[in-house]
This record gives sequence, structure tokens and C-alpha cells, in this order.
Amino acid sequence: MEQRFASIFFPFLLADYTVRQYAHLKNKAFVLAEPERGRSVVKAVNSGAAAQGISAGMVVADCKAILPDLQVLHYKKGLAEKLLHNLGMWCIRFSPVVAVDLPDGLIIETTGCSHLWGGEENYLKTIIQRLKDFGYEVKGAIAPSIGGAFAVARFGEPSIIKKENIVAALSDLPPAALRLQPEELERLDQLGIHHIQSLLKIPRSALQRRFGATLLKRTDQALGNETEFINPLIPPEPYTARLPALEPICTAAGIEIALQELLKQLCNRLQKEGLGLRRCRFITYRIDAREQQLMIGTTQASCNQKHLFKLFEEKISTLEPGLGIELFVLEAPEVEKTSTIQETLWNHGENKTNTEIAELVDRIAGRVSIQNIHRFLPAEHYWPEFSFVDTSDLKQKPQTEWRTNFPRPLHLLPKPELIQVTAPVPDYPPMLFRYKSRLHKIINAEGPERIEQEWWLQQGLYRDYYCVEDEEGKRFWLFRSGDYGDKKTQWFVHGFFA
Amino acid sequence: MPVEVVYKTDVLRSLRKELLVLQGFKKPVCERHISVGLGFMEKSFPHDVFPTGAVHDFVSDNFSNAAATNGFISGVMGNLFKNAQKINAVWVNASNKIFPTALKLFGIDPHHIIFVNARNPKDVLWVIEEALKCSCLTAIVGELQDIDFTASRRLQLAVEKSGVTAFIHRQNPKSKNPVACVASWKINSVKSIPQNMPGLGFARWNVELTKVRNGTPGNWLVEWQAGHFKEIKNQLKAISSHRELKVS
Repeated sequence: MEQRFASIFFPFLLADYTVRQYAHLKNKAFVLAEPERGRSVVKAVNSGAAAQGISAGMVVADCKAILPDLQVLHYKKGLAEKLLHNLGMWCIRFSPVVAVDLPDGLIIETTGCSHLWGGEENYLKTIIQRLKDFGYEVKGAIAPSIGGAFAVARFGEPSIIKKENIVAALSDLPPAALRLQPEELERLDQLGIHHIQSLLKIPRSALQRRFGATLLKRTDQALGNETEFINPLIPPEPYTARLPALEPICTAAGIEIALQELLKQLCNRLQKEGLGLRRCRFITYRIDAREQQLMIGTTQASCNQKHLFKLFEEKISTLEPGLGIELFVLEAPEVEKTSTIQETLWNHGENKTNTEIAELVDRIAGRVSIQNIHRFLPAEHYWPEFSFVDTSDLKQKPQTEWRTNFPRPLHLLPKPELIQVTAPVPDYPPMLFRYKSRLHKIINAEGPERIEQEWWLQQGLYRDYYCVEDEEGKRFWLFRSGDYGDKKTQWFVHGFFA
Repeated sequence: MPVEVVYKTDVLRSLRKELLVLQGFKKPVCERHISVGLGFMEKSFPHDVFPTGAVHDFVSDNFSNAAATNGFISGVMGNLFKNAQKINAVWVNASNKIFPTALKLFGIDPHHIIFVNARNPKDVLWVIEEALKCSCLTAIVGELQDIDFTASRRLQLAVEKSGVTAFIHRQNPKSKNPVACVASWKINSVKSIPQNMPGLGFARWNVELTKVRNGTPGNWLVEWQAGHFKEIKNQLKAISSHRELKVS
């Protein structure tokens, strides 16, 4: 689903709040000021003062020169945060995800909310009208990105921006709309870039070189090319389920029942949201305030109660209930979207097989740990140790074919083992060799097949591989490390043929 | 009189077939008739078909025969899978010795096998049994040192339910206890014969079917030739006559 965000901008937040408290200030020009380094500096202005050209950051003495009957009131630190927090909490009625956007705005995620007010226009109008009724001056915009909504609400004509119009809506706005640092803005101004439009025409690499990554990041965030995260006032409820016990529970059967009940709750909820578990934690709180937990992981997002229960079942015996457990909590710290195919074709063919195998792997991983489960894919290397890669992904397909053009032994020693050899120089296979204190006389031999080191991976000597067979029909894969001639020529056995 | 004899043998044959079914050997339906490329030894098996969905027991006594045994198992599995496009086997052992690249030479796509390493022999058995319960797999290979009769019975029961073929490979077993299985094998590597060229010939094994339920044990000399099993006849005679001599 496409995400939508509303940015609400309060141009005179503190001044409007002051008017709410002291109604007689309504039609007068006033500022809120604070002493700073021995002089009084304006921190916030109201609309009347702003109309006369007074803005935040000016010295009060200068403002008095412009407007002799300007009223100066005391500025209270931290008031803006408090006000925005309260306004944000009030806005929860419009959407569950509301965040404070300091110093003078709110961000509301409106995804899936606006239709309740009869469309986005009506939705935005309602929010603005309700806030205006409190006495605040408000501007707002809805856009597909946080940065976009911010820019339009403050610098553009407040409106609803569709995803396809975002570039057009932003192009005429000044670069300040992108939430840049003052130094960056100054440099852009020096370069004669007064609109975002001209900024977008410059190649990215040039911008990166001149301004660093922040400018590009901010631009992407505004255009919706990069996701931006907000810190909601009320964090969305994590996936947990709780089960308090009436009486302390101290039997395995009791724990199993509790676990099943919790899994039912959690899985039903996940299933409704199209999600599945990847990791799950089962926490038990004992009456003597000791906490114990079990952890399971799955290779594929799953909300199959039976399967998850089986994974936990193996471990229930490790819990020590002591005098009894009074609270069970089941948490899902990691959830993932289940593939839609899995839902529609739950009980058919390949998907069923995939799910069954993934569940089997989960069960095995619970017993012998996931590091001991391997699936191998071909890799484009001749060096035998590098010719395959280990993957934990069950769905990954090989990028290349497995090589079959050279003989390879079915058993490969994890580390080549040193052997003593009698071999004619310079390039013949050995005649005799001793491996594990047994002498093997070679009857047939094939080779050499030279495999060079891949210098971009590791340095060392090349290997000359020979396939050899002894009198009893044992077939070996031997290699000589490096050249003859060198006194320390070493031979190794590396594998056994079938 | 002869009519009566014929009648009797017919009755006996049909009764024997019934017995087979009761012992868990379902009559192969057309689609279940899977050839594993061992045509020349099919006469030895019940119903003349290589028993799939059963436990096969292999014993090897040294590293070379272990490789030969795994080679034979891989050849059979390669024929069982026949271009399957999914993960269809689990290979369980204490530490992995299999070189995945070489499996392709036996007709297996190595990425269709999940390898599980379990240090503890109990864990190996547990993984084999758990995998055998998964009917979406085709075959399981379990390499371990020893397996007692009770454990093998458990595997047999799991197999009867799921229809997965199990290859249990015992390496250097300490005891030669009986194992509940449909067939016992012993594969030894034999010196190869070079093919008109210097070097090594095809992998050659002496395949001994030491025990088979409701079948006749046998002994064959087999070569793995470019993706197929091939029986070598002349040598076999030599060996069998040698055995007969030994027996007499």
C-alpha cells in the first residue's frame, strides 16, 4: 500500500498559544524574547509583528526601532515541545501514528485513515479547521513522503500531492524546503540555485562531490525515493501475547497448554495481518521473580501453530518451574510478510513441499543448531575448496552450472593430508606413497591437472592433481604442491574416488 | 495328477504374494515402478523392483569402500530423482566429507540435497527419523558408525508411513548386529580396467547384496559408466566360481 503523510505546520505556534492565554494581545504585534549574551533576542513572533518584517533571531532593540509599540513577552524554554506533544496526542484521533516534528510541526501518517473522513481533501480540511478553532494558524499538506509534505506545507500552496505529481509540486520551491543546514543553503544561494528544479538538473555525482551525502539524502527523502522513519508518539504495539495464570503453574502439561493458548492468539493476529514469525521468544515469570526464556527461529516466515509448538516442545523440558510460573509472555521480535502464494495455494504442490522442508529444517536446527545445516551452490572457482558455497537460503537457485568436465572425488578431506611419496622427476605421478602408515603401490594414474592459485583470493603454490589407483582398487586424489626441484616438494592426499 | 500340482503351485504363489503385501511390500503400481538403473539385479528383489520406501543397510570397513558405498548410493539416488526440480534429499553425517561438485557426476543436483552434520550419534538418528517422517522428500542418507536393532525398527516404522527411501551407511561398525531393513549391501571398490587409454578406468565396485527380504541375495561386478550402472559379466563368473571353490 502506498504510504501517505500529512505535515501540519504552525507558523506562529508560541504566539498563538500566548494569545489563547491572554486574549487582549489578539490584534497587537508582540514578540517572545529571551536574554542571550547580554542582549534580548527574539525567539518567536506573532502574525502582526511578522507583517512588519520582524522575525525570530533579531535583537529586541532593533525590533523596537521598527515598531515602537511592540510588546515584548518572556519566552519559556521547552514550551514548544510540550505544546506539540499535546497537540500530537490530540491528533491521534485522526491517525494512530503521529510524530512531533520540531520546532513547529507535526507529522501524521495518514495511510488508510483518510477515507474515514470522506477522502484526503476533506480529511486535511477537518484537521486544519479543528486546529484553527483552537486559535492556531495552521498550514498542512498531504504527500507520499514526509519530506514532500514538509516542503509543501511550509513553502508551497498547501494541498494534496499525488505520487506522480511530487516532482512538479516541489520543483518551484526554494532549496530551504528540503530541510538543509544553513551553510548548505548559503552555498546553494551563492551558486545561484534558487529552486529545487535547478537542483534536480545537476548530476548526482557533482552534488555528492560538492555537498556530501546529506543533500542527496534529503532530496531523495522529499521525492519519496528513500524511506524516512518517524518516531511515533505512541509506538505501534509489538507482537506479543500475555497469559497470566490464576494459580502458579509448575507442570510441563500446564506450560504446554499456556504455550498453545498464546500461540493461538499470536498466530491468529499475524495471519490477519499477512505476517509470519521468523523468531519467537517464550518468557516465563516465576513467582520468585525469576525469568526464563526459550527462543526459536524459523527459516521461512510461519504462522503455523502446530509447527511452532513442535519447535518449542523440544525445549520445554529445559524450563525449571520451581515454585510455579505466574505469567507467560510470547513475543515475536522478528516478523516477516508471508508470501501471498503461500496463502492462496496453501495445500498444493510445490509450495506445500517448500513449507514442509522449511519446517523440517527448523526442527533439525532446533536440535543441532543452524550452523550444522548446509546447502551447497556452485561457485565459479577451480580451486576445490572454493568451488562451492554454503547457503542457508532454501529458495536460492544456482547462478551457474555445476562443473562436470574434470574428475572429482566423491569424498573430499576438509584439509589435505601430508603423505610420503616416491615419485620419478620431473612430472610423473608417484609410484608409491605412504598414507596413515600404510604403503600404497600405484598401478594406474592420470594427470596432472594443474590448478593455479587465484591471486586475488590468496597467495601460495599451485597444485598438480593426479588421480591414482593402488593394487587393491583404492582410488585417490593426490596433489603435489608447487614445483619439483625445490627440496621441500610436498605431496598431499585430498580425496577419495568412489 | 499334474493338474493338481499346477493348482497347488498357483495357490502357493498367490498366497506368497498376499504375504508380501502383509509384510509391507505394496504391489508396485505402474507409476510407482521406478527404475534405479539396476535392471540386471532386479530379479533379486521382491516383485522384481528395487524396493523404494524402505530401509537399505550398507556396511563399509575402510575409507575407500566408504567412498565406493556412497558412490553406489549416489548413483541409485541420481536415478531416483531423475531431473526433479526441488530439494528432495537429506544427507546426515557426523562431519561432511562429500564433495558436492562430485555428486553431479552421479546425476544428482547437489543443491537439491540438505546436508546435516550432527556430532552426537543420537542426534544423527534423531535427524534421520525426523527427516524420514517428511513425505515430501525422496531419500535420506544417514552415515553413522553403529545402529542398534531398536533404532532401526523405529526408522522402518517411519519409512512405512512416509514412503521415503532410507540408505543407512554404517562405517567401521563395532558390532555386526542385525538391522531391520529390506536389504543389506556391501560395496567394495575393485581395481578398474583402463579403457584403451592410460589412466584410470570407470569406477568399479563389487556389489554384494548380502540379505534381502523375500528376494535372493546376489553378487555383481558393477561399473559406473558415464551416468549408468553397467554389469561386468566375465569377471563375475571368475569371482563366483572363486567363491564356489571357497565354499566347497
